[in-house]
Amino acid sequence: MFLTCFKKEKKQKNIACIILLLFPWKDGVVLGADTRATEGMVVADKNCSKIHYISPNIYCCGAGTAADTEMTTQIISSNLELHSLSTGRLPRVATANRMLKQMLFRYQGYIGAALVLGGVDCLGPHLYSIYPHGSTDKLPYVTMGSGSLAAMAVFEDRYKPDMEEEEAKQLVRDAIAAGIFNDLGSGSNIDVCVITKGKVDYLRPHDEPNKKGTRAGSYRYKQGTTGILTKAVTPLDLEVVEETVQTMDTS
Amino acid sequence: MSIMSYNGGAVMAMRGKDCVAIASDRRFGVQAQMVTTDFQKIFPMGDRLYIGLAGLATDVQTVSQRLKFRLNLYELKEGRQIKPKTFMSMVSNLLYERRFGPYYIEPVIAGLDPKTFEPFICSLDLIGCPMVTEDFVVSGTCAEQMYGMCESLWEPDMERQAFEMTCPVSRIIEFDRMSTTVDSKWDSKGIISKDGRCGNNTASSKSMI
Repeated sequence: MFLTCFKKEKKQKNIACIILLLFPWKDGVVLGADTRATEGMVVADKNCSKIHYISPNIYCCGAGTAADTEMTTQIISSNLELHSLSTGRLPRVATANRMLKQMLFRYQGYIGAALVLGGVDCLGPHLYSIYPHGSTDKLPYVTMGSGSLAAMAVFEDRYKPDMEEEEAKQLVRDAIAAGIFNDLGSGSNIDVCVITKGKVDYLRPHDEPNKKGTRAGSYRYKQGTTGILTKAVTPLDLEVVEETVQTMDTS
Repeated sequence: MSIMSYNGGAVMAMRGKDCVAIASDRRFGVQAQMVTTDFQKIFPMGDRLYIGLAGLATDVQTVSQRLKFRLNLYELKEGRQIKPKTFMSMVSNLLYERRFGPYYIEPVIAGLDPKTFEPFICSLDLIGCPMVTEDFVVSGTCAEQMYGMCESLWEPDMERQAFEMTCPVSRIIEFDRMSTTVDSKWDSKGIISKDGRCGNNTASSKSMI
């Protein structure tokens, strides 16, 4: 939904067309994302990572302008680590949420980062969605990006509170797959991140429903196909890293 | 008329077995008018590290100079050559600093780790979003043509010889199709492998008006 807002003449990589979703299951949170990044109507990155690290117990999925999600999550992650050292406590998801929304609001929507923040802290599992203008929602399950409608359809059908981990992972996987196959802006693989108290399972990739086919013929060009005008070879010195001396007994 | 196609140009990098290759065209023009045929778009940033910049020519020069400045300070402080992944973060930072008034370039980085000689290629968009790939990266006015050629010609673990042909061929073919990047020699700045680097200069056979 944000692709239309960002009409620009200069090229910018967008992950606008992705599905991010997460929802808390019994004692944790499951985040999911696809891995396609587009530049206009061309796929720029077939396997980008949209689930960003914020802190050991908090991860964040990012949709929208790729550079903005990357940099914003890194800035907040850095600030949160300093904050955590200052407080001497594991960071809370609400803190990350507050930091993100205050930054995004300050930039009045010009930072095109639509984020889905999830993690487990001392008060349990939490899930927030954060919009580029700075509004946030705290919900049991959320989807964002162009494939969000397809994913939400799967969620609305099969979500129930207090699911088991395997059930939750399967639901997330199916929701992302719905977006991958039905939305042009989403594609490639499914990444999943399961966060529980004390453990994070970053499954990249969790599923690869779009493996590339094998090439039937060989398209190699013969040596000499391209004429070379000049050639300059510069040998480079190899640094001596390790030197071992083995003595020989010549007696 | 887009800012990115005012001067035109294209760069690409490919990954092979224990080596990487980077290539660009050498045209400097103002819209349809060609000005020079020996404009440098690939810059060495280390023994085994190159950055190729496609986009507005003035920014190509400014960014390469400012980057070299930052890199020199890094090398003086650290006392060693920079790793390609770290360099990518450096470029990303430089570009994102100008988030709301960016440099109009799309860089491509190719190099080998100074210690392990692990090959590395990546590209960034004009505001610094990094993208690391296993196969190839392309940038510039004929990016779509390059995607097509690379996707069909690239194979994993290509030996150095095969590489020498694949990279140039894919360049020539899409150059012929793009009016803002043709009619000039193009520069395959090199196959970089751990024992040396090899720079080739090849010519495009056709010209397009």
